[in-house]
Amino acid sequence: MTDVVIQIVNLTREYLMGAERVQALRGVSLEIRRNEYVAIMGPSGSGKSTMMNLLGCLDTPSTGEYWLNGQEVSRMPDDALARVRNKEIGFVFQTFNLLPRASALQNVELPLVYAGTSARERRDRSRHALERVGLGNRMDHRPNELSGGQRQRVAIARALVNEPSILLADEPTGNLDSATSADVMRVFDLLHRQGQTIVVVTHEADIAAHAERVVTLRDGRIASDARQEKVQAA
Amino acid sequence: MPFVEAVRMALTTLWTQKLKSFFSLLGVLIGVTFLIAVVSIVQGMNVYMENEFANRLVGLNTFQVRRMPNFNMGNITDEMWREWLRRPRINYGDASFIQAKLETPAIFSRSCDDRTQIVANGKSAKDIRIEVVDPGYFTIKNYDFSAGRPFTAQEARAGLPVAVIGNDVAEKMFPGIDPIGKSIAIGGLPYRVLGVTTKQGTLFGMSLDAFILAPFDSPLKRIACRLGYMDEFHVQTPSVNQMNQAVGETEGLMRIRRQLRPAQDNNFAIQTAEGALSGWKKISGVLFAALPGLVAISLVVGGIVIMNIMLMAVSERTREIGIRKALGAKRRDILAQFVIESATISTVGAAIGIVLGIGLAFVVKATTPLPAAVAPWSIGVGVFLGIFVGMVAGVYPASRASKLDPITALRAE
Repeated sequence: MTDVVIQIVNLTREYLMGAERVQALRGVSLEIRRNEYVAIMGPSGSGKSTMMNLLGCLDTPSTGEYWLNGQEVSRMPDDALARVRNKEIGFVFQTFNLLPRASALQNVELPLVYAGTSARERRDRSRHALERVGLGNRMDHRPNELSGGQRQRVAIARALVNEPSILLADEPTGNLDSATSADVMRVFDLLHRQGQTIVVVTHEADIAAHAERVVTLRDGRIASDARQEKVQAA
Repeated sequence: MPFVEAVRMALTTLWTQKLKSFFSLLGVLIGVTFLIAVVSIVQGMNVYMENEFANRLVGLNTFQVRRMPNFNMGNITDEMWREWLRRPRINYGDASFIQAKLETPAIFSRSCDDRTQIVANGKSAKDIRIEVVDPGYFTIKNYDFSAGRPFTAQEARAGLPVAVIGNDVAEKMFPGIDPIGKSIAIGGLPYRVLGVTTKQGTLFGMSLDAFILAPFDSPLKRIACRLGYMDEFHVQTPSVNQMNQAVGETEGLMRIRRQLRPAQDNNFAIQTAEGALSGWKKISGVLFAALPGLVAISLVVGGIVIMNIMLMAVSERTREIGIRKALGAKRRDILAQFVIESATISTVGAAIGIVLGIGLAFVVKATTPLPAAVAPWSIGVGVFLGIFVGMVAGVYPASRASKLDPITALRAE
């Protein structure tokens, strides 16, 4: 039981677009275990983004259940969800989403600020997280003084600093060239080997190839869920 | 709670957008500047009026018995004025009656004054204030002497033609000469100068040193006291309490002497330093009553400007709010962040206002005879208003920010 990090039962999500009712997810059930490396794929309009928002507790489902690390989060109020996002989830976005006016270190400290960690501990843990992604020498740089790959690594450090149950990445290499992409994916592979549960939402097959399991969505339903041989990082 | 971070961010925002910040601070800045400056100037006036005006012109723990009040700053109606003119004058008998019957220990001096021409040392001067007084007057007015001495009780009793002159008269009539022992002709009679008082300076631009004092019973009385009436009778007591007691006693004695029935009003005036200030108190009261209104207007305007700046900041930083929410910021974290930021902006405005207000007060102090005194409480009020206006102005933008949906906010450009 403790092995299951994410358990989704018959999840649906509807939106109202003007007068029209759009069904983004039409009953999805999924289980993700600790230390799994899962890629969620699908063409645009398949419900990928909705899935990502629900998994990241940024949104709540219309019906169905979502258990994250033993807690039912599908019916939680806003502030409780904020706490879950803070403790259980580390986000990595396509556009990095770093605060432009804060240094790398300050960006990484942000989740700890909202967790109420003391200033000294914040600093120590953030340094450590930046060192883990190989940016120990860039702590005081602002995002605009860093390359795209470095920015994404700052974002990964920020996602990891609270030791979340899952690392949730949304098209993490979408804004990077292929060399840098490979670089970032190597970091993911490394983290996975260290025991981190990772969920990557992507439409690129070569990114999904890094995962050991690929879930494909089509029209708001799971079209396939397959384990695969992990490709070795080049 | 990221309090320090929010303050630091607000200051960074202010610094990077100096011109915009300046305009957003202007309202609060003007309000607080105004508050500090007006309070400082009025407080300064208060100190000035109490120390300089009242105590110099009336004297410490001193009151005067007069026909009508001599310091009138309030509104005097024609009717009041006519009633005053119908009053009997104070005569010598009134003075000796009070002096004889008053039980509170006191120093007394009768006085009459007028303005006339004087001649001395081959020069003449017009419109010089001449005053006949008793020897107690020097104690009452706390005069120091830069040369010579006051006249003695014997000289006063004998009504000798001697005089004490103010510093201005000494400088004007006897430039470079020692005036002691010299003679001044007033109304054709020579008076011997006994002493010169120390320079007292000016009050509202009027010199306090252009006078000649002679014994009450000297021949000058015939010029200064017309028809055997007296202008003022000064009474000085050792302490404030005794003064209040003496004022009560004197009022009773005068009413007995004038045979006033209980229903009748006093037909004389007892002028205390406090009474002399009543007109000024009225003026400063009006200023203090109008001040909150004027300050409030600029603070409301300042608050609205800050609210707009904060609304702009919220829409410019929607993405940032989304990021913070994704990373675990609760509603109240976002709310606090923007309220603190707004309060910081406003407080910076208030701080600049305080500095400018104090500066303005010092400019007034340097360029006018008013000694502006900065009141510490007004600085406290300024800081409080700055924080308060900022918080109030920040609540609405901050609550909008805190209610943003994280998904939509993350998608914002």
